[in-house]
Amino acid sequence: MIKLLFRRVGLMIPTFIGATLLSFLFIRMLPGDPVLLMAGERGMTDERYQRLLHEFGFDRPYWQQYLEYLWGVLQGDLGESFRTKVPVLQEFLTLFPATVELSLCAMLLATVIGIPAGVIAAIRRGRALDHGTMGTALVGYSMPIFWWALMLIIVVSGQWGLTPVSGRISLLYFFEPVTGFMLIDSLLSGQEGAFGSAVQHLILPTIVLGTIPLAVVARQTRSAMLEVLGEDYVRTARAKGLSPFRVVGIHALRNALIPVTTTIGLQIGVLFGGAILTETIFAWPGIGKWMIESVSARDYSVVQGGLLLIAVIVMVVNLMVDLMYGLINPKIRY
Amino acid sequence: MSLLEIENLTVEFQTAQGQFRAVDGVSLSVDQGELMAIVGESGSGKSVSMLALMGLLPWTATITADRLEFDGIDLVRQSARDRRKVIGKDMAMIFQEPMTSLNPCFTVGFQITEALKTHLGGSRATRRARAVELLNLVGLPEPERRLNAFPHQLSGGMNQRVMIAIAIACRPKLLIADEPTTALDVTIQAQILDLLLDLREKEGMALILITHDMGVVAETAERVSVQYAGQKVEEQKVRDLFRDPHHPYTSALLSALPERAQGKKLPTLPGVVPGLFDRPEGCLFAPRCAHAFDLCHKRQAVQAGAEDGFALCHTPLRKGVPTSLEGASLEGQVRS
Repeated sequence: MIKLLFRRVGLMIPTFIGATLLSFLFIRMLPGDPVLLMAGERGMTDERYQRLLHEFGFDRPYWQQYLEYLWGVLQGDLGESFRTKVPVLQEFLTLFPATVELSLCAMLLATVIGIPAGVIAAIRRGRALDHGTMGTALVGYSMPIFWWALMLIIVVSGQWGLTPVSGRISLLYFFEPVTGFMLIDSLLSGQEGAFGSAVQHLILPTIVLGTIPLAVVARQTRSAMLEVLGEDYVRTARAKGLSPFRVVGIHALRNALIPVTTTIGLQIGVLFGGAILTETIFAWPGIGKWMIESVSARDYSVVQGGLLLIAVIVMVVNLMVDLMYGLINPKIRY
Repeated sequence: MSLLEIENLTVEFQTAQGQFRAVDGVSLSVDQGELMAIVGESGSGKSVSMLALMGLLPWTATITADRLEFDGIDLVRQSARDRRKVIGKDMAMIFQEPMTSLNPCFTVGFQITEALKTHLGGSRATRRARAVELLNLVGLPEPERRLNAFPHQLSGGMNQRVMIAIAIACRPKLLIADEPTTALDVTIQAQILDLLLDLREKEGMALILITHDMGVVAETAERVSVQYAGQKVEEQKVRDLFRDPHHPYTSALLSALPERAQGKKLPTLPGVVPGLFDRPEGCLFAPRCAHAFDLCHKRQAVQAGAEDGFALCHTPLRKGVPTSLEGASLEGQVRS
């Protein structure tokens, strides 16, 4: 176990260096000059432009800039935003809870609905319910996320007026963030209706972000379940005279969950990607929206720092999933 | 009164190519504490008929029977819910592949106590004590430690012992063993067979042994039912069957035993059991039968009387010679 942990963490080091290099290069490959963008429409004199370029260090060769960036990263310094002059790490930490809250809710939706849907489709294999569930899952998987989000906003928020269009909480409420998670903070604030408002704001983004993972989880559960239901040990369980609920819900599902857990873990990486779109559409103040805005402004240090932090989090999540695998699959003991 | 009565059991499977009849009018009766063997090669419907009895066939199977009675209970009219109270308790089954028949995600102890919990209840401690007792009974060393083991940590033979422990947990009246030793190596095969025979004696349960190994039959069983292509073709006491097989198929199976072979070459039975598309019009065994004549290819076989081992044959053998050649009126049979 300890040995495996060391090996896996050791493997993360080259991945980490690769991530710093890619995040550094990606933003510089984009056309556009951060200094000119900062100047806005009025532009600036050549002399001032050169001075700013020198101030930010952009007049030096790339390799020098990269080494300096890497040196900073190793000391825990990701630089500061050109626009706000706030350290990147600090901005990230303020915004990250919003993304985590949204992603967790989306993942919760995907598992709580996706796993039962997959199980039901598997035991009703080939019948109407199976085709219906899997057809819906395919539609959910293939649908463009932005279109789905806009449709939901138009119908649910616009026509029915059931949910707010954007943001994390109504402007009526204001309190200092404690945990950064709106659901918890709104409860802690003790303000009447704050929690309800936070929930209402979460509903549509959760559905939009959760749709693809939901479809993936449902389809994966169905196929894992179908495979497991044909196994000898399921027949043994039935030969014991157990109820169908116990045979499917305990003996079969326990085995089917092994591949499903891996899928859920992999989906977490996908969620961070999906969050960019969802957060932008719903004006959700998370890291997705933050990244998009920083790319538009060519805020180099924010983009490279943000990408790097996301990469690290995905790596850590994957490591945790691998370790969890040993808990749910008795055949793997580290 | 017999413990198990099966009359005219038929099982059909819905396949993409149409109905496939896996079991065709099989009758069987087993007494309390009796050891019955069902033999036949792969595809002869041995396992399917027993799975039908246990209610373990998939929904694509249609089961019909004139009578399906176990311990005075009519299984035909019984609901699935009531059937579950019987199977795993009074009627239990073990399978061919011990390595895949146990759930890899649960400990041995969980899987044994689960059977006890379902049918007998009792406290956690009594169930655990019974599980230890059962593992002792099936000859697994260090039972207390084994309770926490997962199936992949045990060998095939040990897993089959665990399967047996699960099956006999509730002291069943009938244990069905579906080729319990096929997947094990030879030394272990003998141990497991001995264990089953021993347990049958100790627990006083009836045992149905499904096998394709005539050697095993000779050593263990009291009565034998021979199945071919879903039909029961012969049923006799073991000693009589080995002395004087009445159905040509039984005779062919026996002469393929190395112990009984005469001459240098081991006699074989060419061909395979007919499937969905090559089902013969007349007697199902006719295409492979050494004694078949015109009638066999045209008309379905008829069942002979008890003196000929209920052989499903137009010309049952007596001492290896077809009876029709002994002067039975062939012409009469054709006309009737």
